[in-house]
Amino acid sequence: MTLDRRTFVSGVAATAGLAASGALAKVSAQAASFEGKTVEWVIPFAEGGGSDVWARFMAPFLSKHLPGRPSVIIRNVPGGGSITGTNEFAARAKPDGLSFIGTSGSTQFPYLLGDPRVRYDYRDFEPVLVSPTGGVVYLPSKFGVASAKDLGKIKGQELVYGSQGATSLDLVPMLAFVVLGLNVRHVFGMRGRGEGRLAFERGEATIDYQTSSAYLTNVIPLVKKGDAVPLFSYGVLDAKGNVQRDPTFPDIPHFVEAYEMMNGKKPSGVAFNAYISFFGSGFAAQKPAMLPKGTPKPIVAAYRKAFADAVADPELQAKKDKVLGDYEQATGDDIEALYKVATSIEPDARAWVREFLTKNHNVRF
Amino acid sequence: MIEPLFSALAALLTPQHLGFMALGVSVGLVVGVLPGLGGIAGLALLLPFIYGMDQISALAMLIGLVAVIPTSDTFASVLMGIPGSSASQATVVDGFPLAKKGEAARALSAAFSASLIGGLFGALVLTAFVLVARPLILAFGSAELFMLTVFGLSMVGVLSGSNLAKGVAACGVGLAFGCIGAAPATGEYRMDFNALYLSDGIPLVIVGLGIFAIPEIVDLLRLRQTIAGGNPLGSGWLQGVRDTWANKWLALRCSGIGAIIGAIPGLGGSVVDWIAYGHVVQTSKDRSQFGKGDIRGVIAPESANNAKEGGGLVPTLLFGIPGSGAMAIFLAGMILVGLQPGPAMVGRNLDVTYTIVWSLALANVLGTAMCIALAPGIARLTTIRYMLIAPFMIMVIAFAAFQATRSLYDLVALLGVGVLGIFMKRFGWSRPAFLIGFVLALQAERYLYQAVQFAGWNFLTRPLVIGIVVLTVVSVWLGARKRPGEATLSINTEGSAEAARATVLRPQIVFTGLMLALFVFTFIEGVQNSFLGAVFPVGVGVVGGLAALAVLVLQLRGERAGTANFDSEANVDKSTGDPGPWPFVAWLVGFVGAVGIVGFLAGLFLFFVLFLRIAARCSWLQTGVLTVAAIAFILVFANAMNLVFPGGLLQAYFDLPWPFR
Repeated sequence: MTLDRRTFVSGVAATAGLAASGALAKVSAQAASFEGKTVEWVIPFAEGGGSDVWARFMAPFLSKHLPGRPSVIIRNVPGGGSITGTNEFAARAKPDGLSFIGTSGSTQFPYLLGDPRVRYDYRDFEPVLVSPTGGVVYLPSKFGVASAKDLGKIKGQELVYGSQGATSLDLVPMLAFVVLGLNVRHVFGMRGRGEGRLAFERGEATIDYQTSSAYLTNVIPLVKKGDAVPLFSYGVLDAKGNVQRDPTFPDIPHFVEAYEMMNGKKPSGVAFNAYISFFGSGFAAQKPAMLPKGTPKPIVAAYRKAFADAVADPELQAKKDKVLGDYEQATGDDIEALYKVATSIEPDARAWVREFLTKNHNVRF
Repeated sequence: MIEPLFSALAALLTPQHLGFMALGVSVGLVVGVLPGLGGIAGLALLLPFIYGMDQISALAMLIGLVAVIPTSDTFASVLMGIPGSSASQATVVDGFPLAKKGEAARALSAAFSASLIGGLFGALVLTAFVLVARPLILAFGSAELFMLTVFGLSMVGVLSGSNLAKGVAACGVGLAFGCIGAAPATGEYRMDFNALYLSDGIPLVIVGLGIFAIPEIVDLLRLRQTIAGGNPLGSGWLQGVRDTWANKWLALRCSGIGAIIGAIPGLGGSVVDWIAYGHVVQTSKDRSQFGKGDIRGVIAPESANNAKEGGGLVPTLLFGIPGSGAMAIFLAGMILVGLQPGPAMVGRNLDVTYTIVWSLALANVLGTAMCIALAPGIARLTTIRYMLIAPFMIMVIAFAAFQATRSLYDLVALLGVGVLGIFMKRFGWSRPAFLIGFVLALQAERYLYQAVQFAGWNFLTRPLVIGIVVLTVVSVWLGARKRPGEATLSINTEGSAEAARATVLRPQIVFTGLMLALFVFTFIEGVQNSFLGAVFPVGVGVVGGLAALAVLVLQLRGERAGTANFDSEANVDKSTGDPGPWPFVAWLVGFVGAVGIVGFLAGLFLFFVLFLRIAARCSWLQTGVLTVAAIAFILVFANAMNLVFPGGLLQAYFDLPWPFR
């Protein structure tokens, strides 16, 4: 498990560094005040998307806990599959603490894949919050697969998955299927996971996943009726970068467990490393909020504290389940390790994914 | 069903909830009246206020806005010839000619009463249908959706203008424009010139405004008079209501069409009005007045576009699948107040669904009443010298256009499509056909690809697919029946060819040649993709190219070109001092150029002052008052929406405070 070690080491190093700078920052954080100011939260997506809802939900709490209680407004900069807005932010945003950006897996993926249109570098940004999300992969019950243990039964059979695109967030299930050795045909052009679920319910698709909240409201009824069987959740990453069970679905094995149930050994290899990078970027650390390059330490510290306080706010805790789910929001010192997983990939894993996408799905880089 | 229905009504009927609904209706009214701004902009405006509201208030407010937009957007369509939102593009075809004849009052009241019927019908559909809709919606797979897009495209048959080949070519141009950006099947980028802006395709709002609004504004400016052209406004308010009553079955049929198309997720609401319009043309005995101001051409799309909201809520609530951009934001609003759509909406949360039903019904009544109350005042705009109205229109459509991606390119794209629209109008290329092609291009490609991938070509044998094929054939046949005494098979969306016959055909031959080149380009860009990404653009290139070639061959025959010969500039009397369209296009180019240099607000200021002084010959006082009013209006709006205007070179080098930023 080279990846775990790598993440662990970097996580520890980052944590140590942060602890040191945190001690310094604590003093000067009190100096950073945003009283009477307006803070812009840039969302490189249109109104109404998942990231927009996430930011709109968090914004009032952030406003409450930032020093000086500035008003926090959401600025949507849509276009170019979120590359446009993020490019613009990276080029223009001033490190004054009055603007920061929240991106998503669809912003991280082109960066990880080395898309030439990307002109932002995640290593420049200062992460202040990382929000995870999760999802569950399920099958129709007609295959007679009761759990991941029986997956060997359908190894030769062609399954159909309704996908949003080879380089979209659906790259994560694509890689998961490859690692498991499942024979899956991807039918592209779905606009959102909802359409994929509809194709599943119509019987057109024969394997699907839904994000946690959609799984709870829309797939659980199918499972109860006996039409669908959950296979595995993607799981979450702990502070050491190990995959753990999804707190929303404690009874469903996570991907690594499912692999073990099917194959009797732990997954490894370059394909698995690639999967872990995109899983981290697409789920376990899907939505980072970041300050621009060169933001002074006290401002970064003030934001980290504000987000930590916001997440701990009892009112947020009471209301969070529909928007954030049961996931632990990474704040304060927990950020670095997760952020690193979400925004970095080993060169050989990257090369492998690029070649895989080019060979199988005509993706040109 | 009955008990929750009335308990939901009782819960809604509190001053607080009704107050929020009225707020939603009021915002929707303003947003709808402004051309180009529709449900997406309106809901985005309300979204920041959702947090912390109780569920009923929030839903009532959002639905209040959604419900009134297809009613209030009629103002711009009828009075200005500019689609008020993408839901009422078809209303322009007959509504605007009515306004030019001085029958604006009649057209508006017919539209509002038809909207009311449609809105209430939609609420009714939502009440009952939502309970049983699940299996019906699941019956529509990608194969059925593909055939429905073909059905939508078949409406081009009656909207092709004076020459069928030209209509098909115009639709092809729309389809080609729709191919720009990532292919739905493979994600490959086509015709994007490696520009990030084009990778998502050109936004619909920009295409709709460019193709209709810019040519209309330019033409009205050339006439140098008022929209009503000296005709009295008329007092046909009652006449309009009587028109709707006389056509009540038509209104109900179109409501049904709207609700069904709205309820089928995936087709999108932007084509509903065209299908309703096609339907009324196909089923009418006397078609001679369509395109010239037939009141039925207003009633049909207006009843359908209101009904589609009720229909569209069915899949939104049952499956959490938004049928349109506006519904996506509505969904976000639901999640923000703690509601996750799904099967529970007809079980545990049925009361929420019925709150939405009642909000929809009440908001439709309230919205119609408010529109009728405001109509006489707003209709008076058509009696004001257009030179004074035009800068405001340009401001609002520019503002609406850059809602799409908030960049300067939005304005450039608007201008580009606008110039195309000017030529299409001039040479009799049906702009409705273009728009239908554009709206359906991605859907057609996506669903064809998915249907073949899911089921192979066997998808054509599915019973529902065959049913839609039969429906399409019948509808085309109805439209193509030539009745005694009818000159053309299709309505003249751009005016009649007889009145626009030219002796010098070179300008139109050049234009047709350019369109042919566009199809060749589409073909070449298409074949560079993998098979799945290539099929559709290549097909568009071939079919469109052949149609354009047919037009070209006819036009090359010179005077014997028949209906292919169409140039509305040919018979313009130059002695009246008509300067042609180009001085006004130059003003637009200047405006966009100024925005590119000094940013939107300063550019707008310069444009207003110069245009009012030089083109409209206003006094300094008048110029000052109008400019200040315009700037104040745009600032209020931008402030409410937390907008940053598109910046120019100036903003790239200097850091300016909002609103100049």
